Amino acid sequence: MVQKGAVDAMVDSRFLLIPLLSLLLAVGTPAAAEGEQTETLRIGLTPVFLDNKLSILRTWQRYLEKHLERPVEFVQRPTYREITDLLLAGDIQSAWICGFPFVRYARQLQLLAVPLYRGQPLYRSYLIVPASDASTRNISDLQHKVFAYSDPDSNSGYLVPRVRLRRLGYNPDTFFSRTFFAWAHYDVVMAVAEGVAQGGAVDGYVWDTLRQMHPEITQRTRIVNRSRTFGFPPLVVHSSLPEEEVGLLRHVMLKMTEEPDGIALLRQLNLDGFITGNTELYEGIRKNVLYMNRAELNVWQNQLTVRGTD
Amino acid sequence: MFGKISLRYEVPISLSLAILLTSLVIGSVLIWRSYDEVRNDLFRSSVEIGTVLTRTLAEALQHDDVWQAYQILRSAGFKLYIVLDDQHRIFVSNKPTQFSMLSELRTLGPEFSALQAKIENHTSLTPFLHERSEDEWLYVVMPIVDDGIQIAHLVIGYPRTIYWPHLLNIAKRVGLTSLFVILFLVPVGWWVGKRTVDPLVQLSQVMSQVGSKQLDDIIYQPLDRDDEIGRLGQSFDAMIKELKEKQNLEGQVIVSERLAAIGRLAAGVAHEINNPLGGMMNAISTHRRFGPLDPATEKTMILLERGLKHIHETVSALLVEARQESHDLTPEDIDDVRVLVQSDAQKKGLQLVWDNRLDKPLSLPSTPVRQVLMNLSLNAVQAAEQAGQVTLSVARVDGLLEICVSNDGVTVSNEEIGRLFEPFAHNRPGGTGLGLWITYQIVQQFGGDIYVHSEHGTTSFKVHLPLEAAA
Repeated sequence: MVQKGAVDAMVDSRFLLIPLLSLLLAVGTPAAAEGEQTETLRIGLTPVFLDNKLSILRTWQRYLEKHLERPVEFVQRPTYREITDLLLAGDIQSAWICGFPFVRYARQLQLLAVPLYRGQPLYRSYLIVPASDASTRNISDLQHKVFAYSDPDSNSGYLVPRVRLRRLGYNPDTFFSRTFFAWAHYDVVMAVAEGVAQGGAVDGYVWDTLRQMHPEITQRTRIVNRSRTFGFPPLVVHSSLPEEEVGLLRHVMLKMTEEPDGIALLRQLNLDGFITGNTELYEGIRKNVLYMNRAELNVWQNQLTVRGTD
Repeated sequence: MFGKISLRYEVPISLSLAILLTSLVIGSVLIWRSYDEVRNDLFRSSVEIGTVLTRTLAEALQHDDVWQAYQILRSAGFKLYIVLDDQHRIFVSNKPTQFSMLSELRTLGPEFSALQAKIENHTSLTPFLHERSEDEWLYVVMPIVDDGIQIAHLVIGYPRTIYWPHLLNIAKRVGLTSLFVILFLVPVGWWVGKRTVDPLVQLSQVMSQVGSKQLDDIIYQPLDRDDEIGRLGQSFDAMIKELKEKQNLEGQVIVSERLAAIGRLAAGVAHEINNPLGGMMNAISTHRRFGPLDPATEKTMILLERGLKHIHETVSALLVEARQESHDLTPEDIDDVRVLVQSDAQKKGLQLVWDNRLDKPLSLPSTPVRQVLMNLSLNAVQAAEQAGQVTLSVARVDGLLEICVSNDGVTVSNEEIGRLFEPFAHNRPGGTGLGLWITYQIVQQFGGDIYVHSEHGTTSFKVHLPLEAAA
């Protein structure tokens, strides 16, 4: 097979140009002639993990190409929104997104696989403050402070702290003196570590992984509390993707634990494997979304009423 | 302060101090200039950086994107970046723990409240530099403008210690250069000082001898210089010479006055003696005329007569009468004297150098001139060393008759010279002790001069007799 030849060339050659050229040839002319199977698989990535680690991405890409026997391209965008839009528009076939947009677009999207973290398809949101802040015990202690969210479409980095504030009876829009989006969990940790923000909400899995890789960054922050568990950010596909393609993809993901290079990759990702998962995992996020919508509706209605009585 | 220090040290020290002062002044000027330059450079580069930054910051500000703004500023190194929003609150800074978001500058201490006041007062859209000596930072403030409207300020802070390495470097260079210059110029200064001072020291040493030492013993060699010191030396030399001349003159006056006094005394005494002497001589001859005397009386008379004659001769010798009638001086008269002296000279084995340059008679009476010549020649022959030399020259020089007689022999001291012409001053055996006295009297009566010079074993007499006066 052409791809196989390309992979062999990659292994054999001492030169970099040759595998690159043959890969291009494989992807370009003959692959296109063979039909849909050889089309490049485009997978969107979001900062639900440490997507700034280029070495992991390369290994993962090579792993997928080897096992899917087709070219794979990772698509990265600064915000969750852009990846979600690309996925909904069909520009990318699959994506690793947060549970929040998955819940929001549950009808157009289909679960591909759910990562297992510490043996479970679950993660938490961490509320962190700078290590120098020894007094904060709860999010309510951060009133009138500067707070860093990760992304408006993030569950752990946006929805969780806002729901928490709502439940405590605060208006999350006015509770902090200022909030900003750091767009990546890694940057939330940096913002808190460097004191730009006095608090931040971050994906617990990202924080834990970062602690293993760069403890010098995480030790400048302190976890105030950990939220309850939520469904881990899933890999999804557009629901229109053919079933057999989804099945093949899922198969490759789930079998990672059985391949030596798959195990090595999982160790790099700080994950234990993938499972098929089900939408019930995201019930908690769905309820939070509903709660927020209702609460915001109430606020809106109250404002209307107040205006009406004026 | 310098009054007590020798010029020898004062000149190089002053020179070094002048160099030090100059390098201090130059160093300060350089440091001041470079301080200005560093400041200007800082401002210029800040504006360049700031222009790039404000463009991207404007976008972040518009989107209220704190994190983007922070990421633009975070890698600033030692610099301080603060973005102030339109209400002069901190939008973001690269030192968030110190300059936390939303706080107002004026709450951060006097340094920043002054900065805020400056920013509030600065209404134009141009960057400006804010520096106060008491501040920790130096600030460059740039407006962030979007579509012609100022939406925020970018404050770039530099620690004011940023100057130190530059200034220290310059100070070091100036110091080293000065050191080299001083190392080079101190010996030069020393040399210049020595050159200036040495003649002064020599002069002052010689000056201090004046009064305590005989003028003749004071030897000063004036320097061949045309500056003030040279002129000072020349003046001093001239003064010493004048003093010597004056002293000489005084000495001469004293000598001639003394000789004149002795002359008057001798003349007076001679006159007073001559009168009774003549009477006594007359009495003896009258007594003889009255017949033969007994032998005893005759013997007494002869004794008296001989004694009186001796007195008469001595008195006559003292009473020099130059104006005797005699013929004009001819060259042959001079040569006659040579013949007379020759025998005495031969006895001593002397070499007699006789230089008679007269070629025609002169209007001078020959007898007294011959006497002068005779006296001086015999005197010289007597004083000369055994087998020595006596030189005599007679010549007509500018209306004068010049007679020079010199001999080798013992040098005559100045003191002796002062008394040389007094009667009986040197009564050598065989002499009357009146030779030089008579010579002097004759020269005086002719209105001439006589000079004695004795040095290095040679004694010379020089006589000038005016020809006109004699005529």
